[in-house]
Amino acid sequence: MTGFAPTLARELRLGLCARAEIINPLFFFLMVVTLFPLGLDPEPDLLRRIGPGVVWVAALLAVMLSLDQLFRRDYESGALEQLLVAPVALYFPVLARLLGHWLLTGLPLVVLSPVLGGLFALPAAVLDELALSLLLGTPILTVVGAIGAALTTGLGRGGMLLALLVLPLYVPVLIFGAGVVGRSLAGYDVDAVFALLGALLALAVSLGPLAVAAGLRISSGD
Amino acid sequence: MWNWLKKWYHKLGSPRYFYEITGAWLPWVWPLAVLTLGAGLVWGLAFAPPDYQQGNSYRIIFIHVPAASAALLGYVAMGVAGLVALVWRMKMAEIMIKAIAPFGATLAAIALITGAIWGKPTWGTWWVWDARLTSMLILLFLYLGVIALQNAITDPRQAGRAAGLLAVVGVINVVIVKYSVQWWNSLHQGSTIRMTEESTMPPEMLTPLLISMAGFYLLFACIVLVNARSEVLWRERRANWVRRELSNVL
Amino acid sequence: MYFESFADFLEMGRHGFYVWTAYGVSLALIVTNLVAMVHRRRQVRAEIRRASRREEAVENHPRNEQSS
Repeated sequence: MTGFAPTLARELRLGLCARAEIINPLFFFLMVVTLFPLGLDPEPDLLRRIGPGVVWVAALLAVMLSLDQLFRRDYESGALEQLLVAPVALYFPVLARLLGHWLLTGLPLVVLSPVLGGLFALPAAVLDELALSLLLGTPILTVVGAIGAALTTGLGRGGMLLALLVLPLYVPVLIFGAGVVGRSLAGYDVDAVFALLGALLALAVSLGPLAVAAGLRISSGD
Repeated sequence: MWNWLKKWYHKLGSPRYFYEITGAWLPWVWPLAVLTLGAGLVWGLAFAPPDYQQGNSYRIIFIHVPAASAALLGYVAMGVAGLVALVWRMKMAEIMIKAIAPFGATLAAIALITGAIWGKPTWGTWWVWDARLTSMLILLFLYLGVIALQNAITDPRQAGRAAGLLAVVGVINVVIVKYSVQWWNSLHQGSTIRMTEESTMPPEMLTPLLISMAGFYLLFACIVLVNARSEVLWRERRANWVRRELSNVL
Repeated sequence: MYFESFADFLEMGRHGFYVWTAYGVSLALIVTNLVAMVHRRRQVRAEIRRASRREEAVENHPRNEQSS
């Protein structure tokens, strides 16, 4: 269970069995986003201005909360221990696990995001940009959050601590991600911002799994 | 020179050597820190000329800028210690992370509070989402994360390495945060207001600022060293040299 | 000295409140750290001394001396 493809397949199979793990973050995303027009004022101009930021913050929280359980099940069942003692580099198994998690939680958020953009009176022209910014951004959120999840796995009191560790690390992704639609609405060209998000994604995917692996080793007391 | 440095680095990795050599340094560094800090602040408060635009409120800068730069430097130092702790598993590096975090967070808080107080007479409001203030707020959050993680793990060595990993990731993040916040600020705020314009600062203001900065660094170093020494004693409390060290003073 | 009098110095050209609050809060925060530092130093030293005395007492106890 240490190759890339078998790990990914196992992750997807387990995830598809526990359907709540896919559906809950999605509902959470939808509900948080709904709270804002209710708490503020459903006036289209205002909604259009806060929309991208609200959708992004809600997606960020949904990804972060779903990560709390990422390694816990394996930690408790001992599967994690097995992985750590296996004589292979941890990079690919970890990457496969993160990819599996993203496919089950991040990707559905991306798919749902144009609908939510519509709820916030965003013009149809920027909806694909919103989705694309989340497509590039949510994997970064998954990888960076997984570092925090790896470090807090054995602690038994994840939630709040995980948020304290991870939220400051999410700041740049949020700024660039939510900035895409804001800039686009203001009439600027956003290719450069997409390129920046892509660069962050490349950085996260190339270095992140190493940090996650190091965090798992530390948590397991190695 | 290189070999000497390498040897010294390995020696410093030994808690006992660290304890002994810093014990010899501290009686010199403490007075130096107090003198430098005192000189810089008194000069800045009483002798430097007022700013032609801001009047005397600019004198807050003699704490604000040094605290901010020391907080940033402290976080980078913590990241370096974190890397050493992860790669070479050096005990002293773990101890240094634990020693740096609380005062680093305090300095970030001081920078934020003095920035807000300075903002009231200057901008007319306590808080402006200025690029520097916002970055400093994120830096404070990063410090708090390291402290929270450190406190949540009971085993000291595990806590040290976990905090080290977080500090390393945090240092990479600090750089990205700085640029992203600048970009975001330029987007949302037409006129950029700067807290200080160092390049245009006349020497009679710059000199006390630099002295005060040196004072903050030295004070930071003193507090970190004393805290690290306490931690060394505590972790090595079963060792004979610690017992002997403490019985001598009786 | 830039200021004419001590009252002037405290006044800071109408900005006295801001300047002295900033310096006061910073001083308070730094002193808190210094107090915590000294407290921790004393605590650690006292704790280790106590443990070491306790162990000595156990070693020197007549019952233990005969057995060793």
